[in-house]
Amino acid sequence: MATTYVRSIGLKAVRPRVYLEHFDPLLLLALLGVIVFGMTVLYRDQDVLFAQTVRIAVGVLAMVLAAQVDPRVYLRWTLPVYFGGLALLVVTPFVGVTVNGSTRWLEAPGGLRFQPSELMKIAIPMMLGWYFHRHRMPPRFGDVAVGLLIVAVPALLIIRQPDLGTAVLLSAGGLGVIVLSGIRWRWIFAALGLAAAAAPGLWMMMREYQRDRVRTLFDPEQDPMGAGWNIIQSKTAVGSGGVFGKGLDQGTQSRLDFLPESHTDFIVAVIGEELGLVGVTLLLVLYLAVLARGLYIATQASTTFARLMVGGVMLTFFVYVFVNIAMVCGLFPVVGVPLPLVSFGGTSAISLLVGFGIVMSVHTHRNW
Amino acid sequence: MSDPLDVRNLASEGSSFTVRTLVVFLIALSLVLVLLARLVQLQVLEHDSYSIRSDDNRIQVRALPPDRGLIFDRHGVLLADNRPARSLNLVTELIGDLDGVIGELRELVEISDRHVEEFRERLKRRRPFEPVALRMNLAEDEVARVKVNGHRWPGVEITQENVRHYPLGDLMVHAVGSVRRVNEEDAQRLDERRYRGVKFVGRLGVEKFYEDVLHGEVGWQHIEIDARGRIHRILDETPAVVGRDITLHLDSFLQAAARDALDGRRGAVVAIEPKSGGILALVSNPGYDPNLFVTGIRADLYEELATSRDAPLFNRAVKGRYAPGSTFKPVVALGGLAAGATDWERTIVDTGEFRLPGGRRVYRDWSWTQGNAGGQGIVHLRKAVYRSSNVYFYDLAARLGVDALSSFAGQFGYGEVTSLDVADAVPGVLPSRAWKQENRGERWYDGDSVNLGIGQGDLLVTPLQLATVTAVIANRGHWVRPRLMLESDGARPGFDLGEPRPRVEGPTDEDWELLVDAMEDVVHRGNQGFRENGTAWFHIGRDIGYRMAGKSGTAQVVGIAQGEEYDEEALDEYSRKHAWFIAFAPADDPALAVSVLVENGGGGSSVAAPVARAVFDAYLSPTLAKR
Repeated sequence: MATTYVRSIGLKAVRPRVYLEHFDPLLLLALLGVIVFGMTVLYRDQDVLFAQTVRIAVGVLAMVLAAQVDPRVYLRWTLPVYFGGLALLVVTPFVGVTVNGSTRWLEAPGGLRFQPSELMKIAIPMMLGWYFHRHRMPPRFGDVAVGLLIVAVPALLIIRQPDLGTAVLLSAGGLGVIVLSGIRWRWIFAALGLAAAAAPGLWMMMREYQRDRVRTLFDPEQDPMGAGWNIIQSKTAVGSGGVFGKGLDQGTQSRLDFLPESHTDFIVAVIGEELGLVGVTLLLVLYLAVLARGLYIATQASTTFARLMVGGVMLTFFVYVFVNIAMVCGLFPVVGVPLPLVSFGGTSAISLLVGFGIVMSVHTHRNW
Repeated sequence: MSDPLDVRNLASEGSSFTVRTLVVFLIALSLVLVLLARLVQLQVLEHDSYSIRSDDNRIQVRALPPDRGLIFDRHGVLLADNRPARSLNLVTELIGDLDGVIGELRELVEISDRHVEEFRERLKRRRPFEPVALRMNLAEDEVARVKVNGHRWPGVEITQENVRHYPLGDLMVHAVGSVRRVNEEDAQRLDERRYRGVKFVGRLGVEKFYEDVLHGEVGWQHIEIDARGRIHRILDETPAVVGRDITLHLDSFLQAAARDALDGRRGAVVAIEPKSGGILALVSNPGYDPNLFVTGIRADLYEELATSRDAPLFNRAVKGRYAPGSTFKPVVALGGLAAGATDWERTIVDTGEFRLPGGRRVYRDWSWTQGNAGGQGIVHLRKAVYRSSNVYFYDLAARLGVDALSSFAGQFGYGEVTSLDVADAVPGVLPSRAWKQENRGERWYDGDSVNLGIGQGDLLVTPLQLATVTAVIANRGHWVRPRLMLESDGARPGFDLGEPRPRVEGPTDEDWELLVDAMEDVVHRGNQGFRENGTAWFHIGRDIGYRMAGKSGTAQVVGIAQGEEYDEEALDEYSRKHAWFIAFAPADDPALAVSVLVENGGGGSSVAAPVARAVFDAYLSPTLAKR
């Protein structure tokens, strides 16, 4: 009896009712905290600030709309979204736009560019949720293998673009979902051991410029004007900021263009330089608040699909935050990923906010 | 198969998920703590070193080269000044395709392969974002063409800098010298702090000797630049201190007169004011335009100058070493008198030939044997001077011996540099027994003394030295060391005066006066009949309006074998004798002492004496007119 009841919850077609109050004020507050704080260092460039504001506004609107949609709709749309995303990844190398030797973008008429890999930030957690939702928890070995496949297929397509950084980050988020799904700890440790053993193989598979980035990480002074430039200048920006920073708009590293990509991938170096340790710590606290709230929502969700999808979106988000800041601080190689919600440009903020909209939707539709 | 979506399962799954989520959150938290630890390391522990790095990035120290001090002659005529010149500079960091841009610039501005070559040399020792000159001394239209098209090439800029300019061109080059662009060798040698950003350094002459005075002090500017090297603002500045000006004894009018008197012949004229030691003229002909060298001379032009048989780059007046010939005779005469080897009354019979007692070798008087065999008859010291009797001086030198002669001549500064501030002056050679042993590995023969008596053999002098000797004779043995510097603004940069040289010892006051009389006869004794006139009278003495004391000299260039005759016509132009004339005037109160050398000119009296006369005329005539 109970069985039928639960099954009906999952599959019964329910007409989604649209309530604009379907959003989570706490998550929204934490997100706006991150966004506004990130904008403080953009304010001197009016054009950039305006463009970013427009993007954020579009993103927030998309988030609110996404929050109104019943999670069951997402469940139903999982397969089209995931496989549609894969299809886009497959065609990208043939019809995509090539920038700096890598073909990551699809261009819609009107010049709007879009990275299919952005879509996968949401599609992979959705697909994993969908799959594990239909199978007994904790997953058996075969289920885990399917889960890995769900992550690996888009990751390999993205590697071919080539965009190793995004592929690794998406994989990390996806693997996080598998961990959350409740697989046995010893499998996790075995996998970690295997990964450590396979690291030399990975090194062999990497392209020369990717190896250079790793080498540069450990010894940027080797080529201070070339490969080492970014990392030296970014560490210099952060380090010279000190505890309280040089003051807003006083960052010489960014203002005088020594710091590359100061609006995009290296923006946290500007925060470190102008607002100091205090500023970066505040930003990290805000990010932790977003993560904590998101994970809390995941634990409160009533279905496996919702839990894993929300957990996946949050983990992917956090992996981006961590890897970006680690890169700027010289802990990770330069992988060219944006700082979520703060870096200027691209469609990253919009797709992220849509993801948060789905998180909110899960939280406000707990009773299905 | 049990139903996977059992309620019990769901509940346990939910709590397992919560645990896992907590674990994952704690991992995330610890990763954030890793980031914070890293931030503390960078922003607290290593903050100081990154602050320095950040400042090093943006703050550049720029040197402000000082303007070089000006050089004037005694009348205030500008001999060296600074002129703005515009150069085309490239900042290679801002230029992607360097060869391409140079190729395009070549269509607007004349750029030779040599320019490009030198540019690449300069590139090797520049600092990042430092503009490097590709072409200097742009013409107006070239500047305009580059400026119109300038926007096409970021990193191409035209800058203005002051470069040295010598308004009198080749006239003064060997007297004043010149600067050159600092080269690799200079960069090694010069004090990096004092010469940062300085492009020119004294190369020759006064410019070289007084480099420290003329140079000034480099100023400094701290500027804030961005990553592309663009200047955003000047943070602070210590202005450069202009080099000090120098006024020289040189008289450019006299210099011009001397140069003109040489009339294009190779040679040198040095004129010294005996009372002050001031060098009024220092001519080495031919000269060259030093302005060509300041901003880099064209390769073919340089090749032409460097390989010319006339050696225009060579400063004969200061570095040329020549046998003094008969101009040495007055010194030998005074040495003989001082040592008691002769007196004014003693006579000899000049047969045109001389043999050492018991010797076989015949020393001939080449000057008078051609078609006039028989020598000059009975000769006393005065006549030996005004007739330039070789035989008398062969005999006198043999009597005197090398030791007495060499040490006496040394008092006149032969064989050493006595000038105070003439760069690169060479000492010449005053032979002695010891000198010969050391340099030729041979003992001194009596025959060497005989040759030395007429200023031949190993004795070598420069025109500057000979002018100095003339000034000493004009001063009746009193020394004033020759010098170029008259005064400088500010504290006078004193040259090392060293030990004041004592008056020449030996001759009596009467000997000095009689010698001056004999030298006056060289110029003024005329209408006395065959072989009785002063050697220079016919050439310069017949219409002279003041009293000049002089001595001609003719120095062999090629050795003439025993028994062979000197046939001027048969010799190649460059093998002919050098013509000398030394003189001072007015004889009783000398205002000027002059040495004239005409290379391969032939006879001293006929060729060099008229040059000296022209110099005195130019110098004394206005003075005489005033009186």
